[in-house]
Amino acid sequence: MSEQHVDTGRRRFLTVATSAVGGVAAAGVAVPFLMSFAPSERAKAAGAPVEVDISKLEPGQKINVEWRGKPVWVLSRTPEQLKNLATIEGELLDPKSESPEQPAYCKNATRSIKPEILVAVGICTHLGCSPTHRPDLAPADLGPKWVGGFYCPCHGSKFDLAARVYNGVPAPKNMEVPPHKYMSDTRLLIGDDK
Amino acid sequence: MSKGQQVLNWIDDRFPLSSMLKEHVTEYYAPKNFNFWYFFGSLAMLVLVIQIVTGIFLTMNYKPDGTLNGAGIPVAFASVEYIMRDVAGGWVIRYMHSTGASMFFVVVYLHMFRGLIYGSYKQPRELVWVFGTLIFLCLMAEAFMGYLLPWGQMSFWGAQVIVNLFASIPVIGPDLSVFIRGDFVVGDATLNRFFALHVIAVPLILLALVVAHLIALHEVGSNNPDGVEIKKLKDDKGIPLDGIPFHPYYTVKDVLGVAVFLIVFSAIVFFAPEMGGYFLEHPNFDQADPLKTPAHIAPVWYFTPFYAILRAVPSFAGTQVWGVLAMGAAVVLIAFLPWLDKSPVKSIRYRGSKFKTMLVLFIISFIGLGILGALPSTNVRTLVAQIFSVVYFAFFLAMPFYTKNDVGSTPVPTRVTMSTPARQVRFAVLVVVTLVAATLFAKFI
Repeated sequence: MSEQHVDTGRRRFLTVATSAVGGVAAAGVAVPFLMSFAPSERAKAAGAPVEVDISKLEPGQKINVEWRGKPVWVLSRTPEQLKNLATIEGELLDPKSESPEQPAYCKNATRSIKPEILVAVGICTHLGCSPTHRPDLAPADLGPKWVGGFYCPCHGSKFDLAARVYNGVPAPKNMEVPPHKYMSDTRLLIGDDK
Repeated sequence: MSKGQQVLNWIDDRFPLSSMLKEHVTEYYAPKNFNFWYFFGSLAMLVLVIQIVTGIFLTMNYKPDGTLNGAGIPVAFASVEYIMRDVAGGWVIRYMHSTGASMFFVVVYLHMFRGLIYGSYKQPRELVWVFGTLIFLCLMAEAFMGYLLPWGQMSFWGAQVIVNLFASIPVIGPDLSVFIRGDFVVGDATLNRFFALHVIAVPLILLALVVAHLIALHEVGSNNPDGVEIKKLKDDKGIPLDGIPFHPYYTVKDVLGVAVFLIVFSAIVFFAPEMGGYFLEHPNFDQADPLKTPAHIAPVWYFTPFYAILRAVPSFAGTQVWGVLAMGAAVVLIAFLPWLDKSPVKSIRYRGSKFKTMLVLFIISFIGLGILGALPSTNVRTLVAQIFSVVYFAFFLAMPFYTKNDVGSTPVPTRVTMSTPARQVRFAVLVVVTLVAATLFAKFI
């Protein structure tokens, strides 16, 4: 075949068309493989709400509940601790809880439904460690101004007893308050509020 | 013709065996002035083989299962204990694998340092360097995913922290971290996929990259401590005047390196496999507990320089993504060295004082960050880490400026030069000064 009969435009079109269709097919085949990386139906189902009995929770006491594999704290705050929440607001990054880390019904001074009971996901908003409960007043390592709160051992982030983050620590946001509701006075449902 | 020769001819007619051996081994001409720093490429290959062989045998008894067994212990954690206690020879295979992981980074860091001081990344070896950086990235992925498998406290919380790095990326971050974990928390799904990636996907990519690294190297030829292109001067047979065939000259040299390396390696495996908590961290002897974070989380030593950079960057504008970006940039920048370095000479021997000063500052910063990344942070340490991070980035980003026309008083020779006692003494002094300075810094910071 001589050079004159080669229609290069037609060849280029066919090459591009074949490559494009092949590319679409490859992308289509990649979909199930990529999808398999997402949480499975079983993992999603494991996110079911958890019911907690808080009738035995004493003031000042904290219990850990597992919800979606994460630690959820249920903390009963003493009247004095509740008073301190207002006094340290100047040292907090987001004292009014403007960032949507809590359901609308917990966007208040105590970040809770009942003032004394705090429900929070016990995961530091920095890199996901679980902070330590430090209710002690003015301990040596946290300074004389400490009125009780949570201290993250990983990178030194500090939170108050409403799980609100202090200024100037690595964590950028308040800790998450999960959706929750009271089934009765002493029965709490974590993970569902409807 | 001998029987052996006949067999070889039969193969050569069908597969280029002899010509490949000639091209890559018996007639690959390497510069005759290779020194101590040139051991680490072949040692990296040796460690790769150790990791693959020990890894294959570990998979025969290891179970990537995060669920709890009858005794309330995660199956994966229990299977590692089983390998250590009940499998005949299991403990030595596992300690070879865990020691191999750390020694891989020892030899690779020294190998990269060699490239840095002798300008081995410069034209025409840019692709050798880029492939090498990709190998380094794969190694980091391998090490990170492999560390999750024993399913101890450090495995779990280390993975938790690193996967959460991705969650800090704006908009897509939270979904991306769920996608990586395959669950809302680090769990069984994460363990299984990390196992698959650790034993199949990443090793395959790693092997392909090692082949590409070597093909690119053998295409352009090895650099040397003088940064002289030996291919410029050839004898009448076309053989470089300063070249010697890789086999037998460098195979014999490398065998010596292998022998010394294996003595050190065995000493660690048999006498200090945990290396005081630096190769295997103490909290990892406790099973993973998703509800309890260990008091102090530090990555394994080879990640600490990058981890220190991550911690040194404060959160800004409501997000801590800047630290993550800085850490990523610290690794990615390495690949751009060939284009950042504008110096007309390759080797540090013929460079001027500006590059030498910056290199010293860079080494101080890198080792300093490595030490700081292993320690809990305090205000002073964070400040020092911030200074070192700035120096780290300045070394790369200011390189186009300070390397321009920065040449030393001695001109680059036309032929390679051989080692002298003065050079050997200077090398020994520098090694001792570095080790003493690092030890003192670690003690007093």
